[in-house]
Amino acid sequence: MKILVAVKRVIDYAVKVRVKPNKSGVETSNVKMSMNPFCEIALEEALRIRESGAAKEVVAVTVGPAQCADTLRTALAMGADRAVHVDAGAAPVLPLSVAKILRALVQVEQPGLLILGKQAIDDDCNQTGQMVAGLLKWPQGTFASKVVLDKEKQVATVEREVDGGLETLCLDLPAVITTDLRLNQPRYATLPNIMKAKSKVIKKVTPEELNVEIKSDLEVVQVTEPPKRKAGVIISSVDELIDKLKNEVVSCNILVSEDHD
Amino acid sequence: MFKPPSKLYRKLNSQTSCDIMQVHYSRTYGIHQRSFTSAAINIQRSPSFSKLNSDDIGYFKSMLGDKNVVQDEDRLSAANVDWMRKYKGSSQLLLLPRNTEEVSKILHHCNSRHLAIVPQGGNTGLVGGSVPVYDEVIISLASMDQIISLDKVNGILICEAGCILENLNSFLANEGFIMPLDLGAKGSCQIGGNVSTNAGGLHFIRYGSLHGNILGLEVVLADGTVLDMLGTLRKDNTGYDLKHLFIGSEGSLGIVTKVSILTPPKLLSTNLALLACKDFLSCQKLLLEAKRELGEAISAFEFMDSDAMDMVLAHMDGARNPFPSSSYNFYVLIETTGSDESYDKAKLEAFLLRSMEGGLISDGAIAQDINQASSFWQIREKLMFRKAMCWQGMSEATVKAGAVYKYDLSLPVEKLYDIVEEMRPRLGEKAKVVGYGHLGDGNLHLNIITKQYDNNILAQIEPFVYEWTSTHRGSISAEHGLGLMKADKIHYSKSPETVQLMASIKKLLDPSGILNPYKVLPQSMLQ
Repeated sequence: MKILVAVKRVIDYAVKVRVKPNKSGVETSNVKMSMNPFCEIALEEALRIRESGAAKEVVAVTVGPAQCADTLRTALAMGADRAVHVDAGAAPVLPLSVAKILRALVQVEQPGLLILGKQAIDDDCNQTGQMVAGLLKWPQGTFASKVVLDKEKQVATVEREVDGGLETLCLDLPAVITTDLRLNQPRYATLPNIMKAKSKVIKKVTPEELNVEIKSDLEVVQVTEPPKRKAGVIISSVDELIDKLKNEVVSCNILVSEDHD
Repeated sequence: MFKPPSKLYRKLNSQTSCDIMQVHYSRTYGIHQRSFTSAAINIQRSPSFSKLNSDDIGYFKSMLGDKNVVQDEDRLSAANVDWMRKYKGSSQLLLLPRNTEEVSKILHHCNSRHLAIVPQGGNTGLVGGSVPVYDEVIISLASMDQIISLDKVNGILICEAGCILENLNSFLANEGFIMPLDLGAKGSCQIGGNVSTNAGGLHFIRYGSLHGNILGLEVVLADGTVLDMLGTLRKDNTGYDLKHLFIGSEGSLGIVTKVSILTPPKLLSTNLALLACKDFLSCQKLLLEAKRELGEAISAFEFMDSDAMDMVLAHMDGARNPFPSSSYNFYVLIETTGSDESYDKAKLEAFLLRSMEGGLISDGAIAQDINQASSFWQIREKLMFRKAMCWQGMSEATVKAGAVYKYDLSLPVEKLYDIVEEMRPRLGEKAKVVGYGHLGDGNLHLNIITKQYDNNILAQIEPFVYEWTSTHRGSISAEHGLGLMKADKIHYSKSPETVQLMASIKKLLDPSGILNPYKVLPQSMLQ
């Protein structure tokens, strides 16, 4: 069985993000970029499934401009067997377009499993996995915190983290899984694997070759920072508190101190 | 002065190292917290120093304001104890001057009254230099934390001595610069203290010593004279360059109040690799090769032996061994910093792959994002904190790891690990000997861990470790300084004539000896 893993190149999780002065977006030039943390987890899970013998090949794929090849090299250095780079130009590609591209690739590669991170930390959309499952009419197990594959029955048992707790689903393969934080801890890229990665192939394709038209119905009008958190106000008496709650405050946090001075 | 009961007194007299004394004391006489250090080191409180009286307090209060004259027991007890909880003084007064003029007035008063003082910054020093030995008045620079100016073209920063290193780094990061030094204690240490101890740190190999990066200082002398040497020039050959006297003098020649420092531009691409080597010779060769092939790009080169790695992995929450399948003898951390991410990464990768093919490296991992990089750094930086925990006896690490004897040595790189290997047979089963440090600077941190403090074990370590270092013309204190811990050990690394001249300079600048007494130089030289 082949596993297809979709990964995204995003601003590094530890970087302090800044909004561009013209408010058209966030500052991405001269900023450290890395693989999306959830995508790392997705790749790690695929590698573990291959190592357990349930799959033969792990293929990493990314959609984006030329620099995204770096992310694919990281994926290969972690252990992916080969990679596909869909060069869609410099403009950001939104989830629906990515989903369409992934559908086209799935039809070419015929994997038994498509694993993605649950969301990207730059747009926090949390849409691509679900959309591509819908387009492919495949079952989906999103926010996976545990994945167990039954090779013979061709079934994946996925434990999902949902608001109320944990939910367990059984998916017939082929299926789409999106990964959540607690699924695993991604491995480091070690030198022997980095060395092996040098001979691995990154295939370049364009959306046109896949017969996918990239168009977007969304236009980003403005990006602004959230309003700065205002300092707390110290209130001297319960009466003042009640007065403020009644007349001024829409929502607030109240801290109560023990000593009354 | 507190006089210990005679049975213990004999033991006290035979000790050479204060550290052990502390813990023995606390185990048998837990309640006797005061005058700890003083009893241990056999230095009497100097009779030439006066004791504080209400007039002094009154003067300080009128000059500084009540809020900045601290006599509160809790705050004092925190300021009286060093970061490792090895040394405890019994100061009755903590002062918080807000500007240079107030520092000057305080010193002028203390000098005329013969009141001993201790300048205190972040109190993160490791040799007991930042806390009182007896009842010295603590002068804390914490309130002097203003950034005065930044020359954005040249990166010259002028700030007050109480600025915390990490805060300076955050401020500079916004402007595209960084501080030329980086230490584990950056969240608490202050730049004045860094200057006074000539702090080294993780990026020493790239940016060099503070002697090179400090362009100017403002220092207040013992009698209150304000010495304005706050230049901002890269080149200034007019007369004797006095600021160098104060850099590294550990507060014994003057109090640093302002600093002018050259800050390097913040470069965008940082790459970090954690490597495993089979023996120390490979580590050395790797250092040589790295300097040749990575050259100016290297910003850190650290090493640790397998015992150190085991300790960290065993006691640090969330620590992960990057090479779980095997255990290696040595681990090396190499960091490169440059301006072009892909180029720098490719260069580092190529170097590491070549080194692996050449047999210098057995295995390695390159951090792929900032999170991975900081977990590699944590492994190295936490080594220090683990030792502290052992001392404090707080965590389970203590129960497992026991007591620690710590040494900070500068040695020729090829000899660096020999001392670790010589120490092991000397101590045998009784102790675990661990070595790690700034290999790129020839700086070893030697740690000897035993179940509990033991005179016999200490006798096996000292003075052997100092004599050995001396024989190889090394330094018995590479970066931590002499402080109180090694105040009588300078002769192992400096000639008598040199120490004599140091004593003369001390007497010249501080005739009453009120600045950080009992430390740095041996008492015998100063009488």
